[in-house]
Amino acid sequence: MSSPALSISGLAKSFDKPVIDGFDIAIRQGEFYALLGPNGAGKTTILRMIAGLLAPDAGEISVLGVDALKDPVAAKRLVAWVSDEPMVYDRLTPLEYLEFVAGLWQVEASTARHRAEELLEWLDLTDVADSRCGGFSKGMLQKVALAGALVHEPRLIILDEPLTGLDAGSARKVKDLLREKTRNGITVVMTTHILEVAERMAERIGVLYGGRLVAEGTLGELRTRIGGGHTTLEEIFLDLVTARPTETAA
Amino acid sequence: MSAAPTSFAWFAQHEVSLAWRDFTTMLTGGRRSRAIGVIVAVFIAIALLHLLALGLVVSWADQGIGPDKQTFMMLSGFGLLFGAVMFSQALESVTRAYYARSDLELILSSPASAARLFAVRSAAVAAGTMALSCLLASPLINALALLDGAHWLAAYLVLAALGALVAALAVLVTSGLFALVGPKRTRFVAQILAAIVGAGFVVGIQVAAILHFGSYSRFTLFTAPEIIASAPPVASLVWLPARAAMGDAAALMLVIIAGLGALVATVAASGSSYARLAIAATTVAGPSAKHRKTTRFRQRTQMQSLRVKEWRLLARDPWLISQTLMQLLYLLPPAVLLWVNYGASAGTYVVVVPVLVMASGQLAGGLAWLAISGEDAHDLVVTAPISPRQVLRAKVESVLSVVGVILLPLLALIAFENPHMALVTAICAALATGSATAIQLWFRTVSRRALFRRRQTASRVATISEAFVSIMWAGTGALWAAGTVAAIAPAILALLIFGVARMMAPKRH
Repeated sequence: MSSPALSISGLAKSFDKPVIDGFDIAIRQGEFYALLGPNGAGKTTILRMIAGLLAPDAGEISVLGVDALKDPVAAKRLVAWVSDEPMVYDRLTPLEYLEFVAGLWQVEASTARHRAEELLEWLDLTDVADSRCGGFSKGMLQKVALAGALVHEPRLIILDEPLTGLDAGSARKVKDLLREKTRNGITVVMTTHILEVAERMAERIGVLYGGRLVAEGTLGELRTRIGGGHTTLEEIFLDLVTARPTETAA
Repeated sequence: MSAAPTSFAWFAQHEVSLAWRDFTTMLTGGRRSRAIGVIVAVFIAIALLHLLALGLVVSWADQGIGPDKQTFMMLSGFGLLFGAVMFSQALESVTRAYYARSDLELILSSPASAARLFAVRSAAVAAGTMALSCLLASPLINALALLDGAHWLAAYLVLAALGALVAALAVLVTSGLFALVGPKRTRFVAQILAAIVGAGFVVGIQVAAILHFGSYSRFTLFTAPEIIASAPPVASLVWLPARAAMGDAAALMLVIIAGLGALVATVAASGSSYARLAIAATTVAGPSAKHRKTTRFRQRTQMQSLRVKEWRLLARDPWLISQTLMQLLYLLPPAVLLWVNYGASAGTYVVVVPVLVMASGQLAGGLAWLAISGEDAHDLVVTAPISPRQVLRAKVESVLSVVGVILLPLLALIAFENPHMALVTAICAALATGSATAIQLWFRTVSRRALFRRRQTASRVATISEAFVSIMWAGTGALWAAGTVAAIAPAILALLIFGVARMMAPKRH
């Protein structure tokens, strides 16, 4: 049996107070997993620890069998991180940016060039491929960042609110692209406040509250577990988080 | 008591409270406990500057300072020097009033008068320029007032009038640039212009003094008999500001009216277009012009990729272009001095070496901040499969190579005439560059390049230690060039400051 794409156990992180407390998860390869939770539940903190941007206080993180805490460089080779704030240089063009990202992940130059052109075309950025990103809209920057995340063909894609700032057409393209990736065996872990996106795209959904996973499963499993005649994810989510007292905040 | 909303006084209150918060943050770096230390340090520095000024002025005052051409020449020269620097500062501040996005969009989208806001912000620019100039000139003015009479205190009012005049001029130039080069390029051109004007006048006078009198001191030009002889007569209106600075009440009144009048007239004339230009400036968007050639993907190692990225960003950084231009302008006088005395320049290196060392240290400090702390895609670099140590090494290498490229031609020029001096310069410049880079490395933060101006507030220890280490290495270079063993003293001090900075740097795990 192949190792899970992402396996986390006993993850804990405190800032002034505990933010993540004993978080466990196992996501199989090629799965689309949506992590939901109210503001301050700790979603971004967890994703940043997986991406290697934040060191956990305790716990283990394994990416496709690689211990991300013991061998972070090896784990990072397999992972791409896309945050809601696009990480793009104003004074580089999208092609220069993708060349830089490909250099960091050591993608062979001609392969990188081919992939970059394909991604820019898919994301409607070909016309601006040689213009500096400085004047781009937030949606365009987000698409450049997304292209950067995909140019090195990661095995695990972690996205924190990736649809922020995208127009309907672009959001649709991004969703299609992510679906295609999962069909090809790539794993996607995503946070979103747009519950409809999670409902339609995710195979499994995890609901985080106060730094702990309070529910997890397919939409059908969540419906069965919560009961009460809830049919939509929104109803299930609100049922899970509104009845609880405020515990911690990220 | 608070003023009526959207009135001039209300906007002024808003601006003063924001400026005060900026000022206290700059002083304390966000920690109140630091304020006392900073205030004490500033007080000691001002006291030392007053002692220095007293030493400079005492012989002049003993000879008796009269309203003659030499005195007028000296005061007017000082005024022009201050004016150039004040204009440079005012131009940057006025540009910021158009481009700062923070609360501009909120105010411009409200029913409040944009012209009123512009008047308040222009007055704030003038006030800021005046305050800084008065602070810088205060040791000299106070020393003259103490030794020659209280009438010299009128010089403060002349500086205030000059501040208003340069603020008016800065508003006019900025409006002109909007019309000439458009909102997309105005900020960049204004930055370059500010750098050239700020350094250009000082450098120009120095170059003229070197070419005509073989002296590095810019005061030589103001005191040269042939220059004084060819200057306008004492009764000329040209000397009105100088007369005003010496306490002539009528001249003072005229200078104040001229300065304030120019500001009021300019603000009244430009106020109506402020909203339109500010909106144009803050909505400069849309993709920039395409590059002529498309990017060819080259096979590079991770370190090479990082270095190339840094070089591209540095080469396209408007701050860096203006700063490099300014550094090159400051290097012009020593280069001219070297050229004038080429072949017989025994004493020249005492001047040339420290200027080059200082310039290297300052440039390296700025570049290092941009490359190390000003990382716009911090998350991308941290999540890349490369160790943090290698990332830092690539960034440091890119900084050192840029300083090397700028410094090498000058070192080669020196080496042709005096290889020993070239070696002295190279060693001291390398020490200054290395020290400034290391300090920026120790005090690195996660920031954005656009916040470069505020880097000093992030760590006052880093800013001060970087400046003093560069000064000490420059001093070492000067004394070493003079052939004295006393060069060891500033070198030891440089190492001490460097060590203290290391100890005070935040611990990293």
